Amino acid sequence: MKRNVVGAHYGLTTWIAQRATAVLMAIYTVIFLVAVLVVQPGTADAWRGIFANGFMKFVTFLFFLSLFYHAWIGIRDLWMDYIKPTGVRLSLHVLTIAVLIGYAGWASKILWSL
Amino acid sequence: MTELAMKKKQRPKNLDLSTIRLPLPGKVSILHRISGVGLFLCLPLILALFQWSLTDGGFECVQAVVANPIGKLVLLGLIWAYLHHFCAGIRFLLLDWHIGIDLPSARKSAALVLIVSLTLTVIIGGTLLW
Repeated sequence: MKRNVVGAHYGLTTWIAQRATAVLMAIYTVIFLVAVLVVQPGTADAWRGIFANGFMKFVTFLFFLSLFYHAWIGIRDLWMDYIKPTGVRLSLHVLTIAVLIGYAGWASKILWSL
Repeated sequence: MTELAMKKKQRPKNLDLSTIRLPLPGKVSILHRISGVGLFLCLPLILALFQWSLTDGGFECVQAVVANPIGKLVLLGLIWAYLHHFCAGIRFLLLDWHIGIDLPSARKSAALVLIVSLTLTVIIGGTLLW
């Protein structure tokens, strides 16, 4: 059967973004665990040293952004599955976006305060 | 209405969650959702702990949280949620690539996800928290 794919492909973009952010986070998880194993941060200075490093700061921020984008897609799916009234659903979408953008600002403050 | 559509409408349906017995892949799937929601709800806690651990004197306070039995239990729960979401996510990625989509393989990989994520929780949780 030949199917004509129509529309703006937002769904496909989101689907790919969910997986791409997942892969980025999986790679970061390994980097983080290796960093912890190598540094063995038993003191505050050693722990801070991990994230003060330019490369780690960059990839940690990338991890957080991936996390928040990934969380947006997942929680959006949750609202779409369970919340049927349009008004309530829309409000929850807006609230979720607002909270996640706030977290992104928070994460950047944490990392660049080092 | 066509005869086929009539027949479809009369098919017995059971959507009563309390009597549905989920197969193992179904359990992994719903745990993936539950662990994801749990992690999302705990994001402020995780960010606050991370921030705290990096501020002056905060590292020792976070160490005290880790030493506390309740703190330990919560963090162990979060580590399990992360690792289950991680392992189940990799399984879903493989299914996306059409790897292991026949039923016996899917059941096996679902069991593997549960076992591996619990084992990793013990190893990683044990290393980080004890």
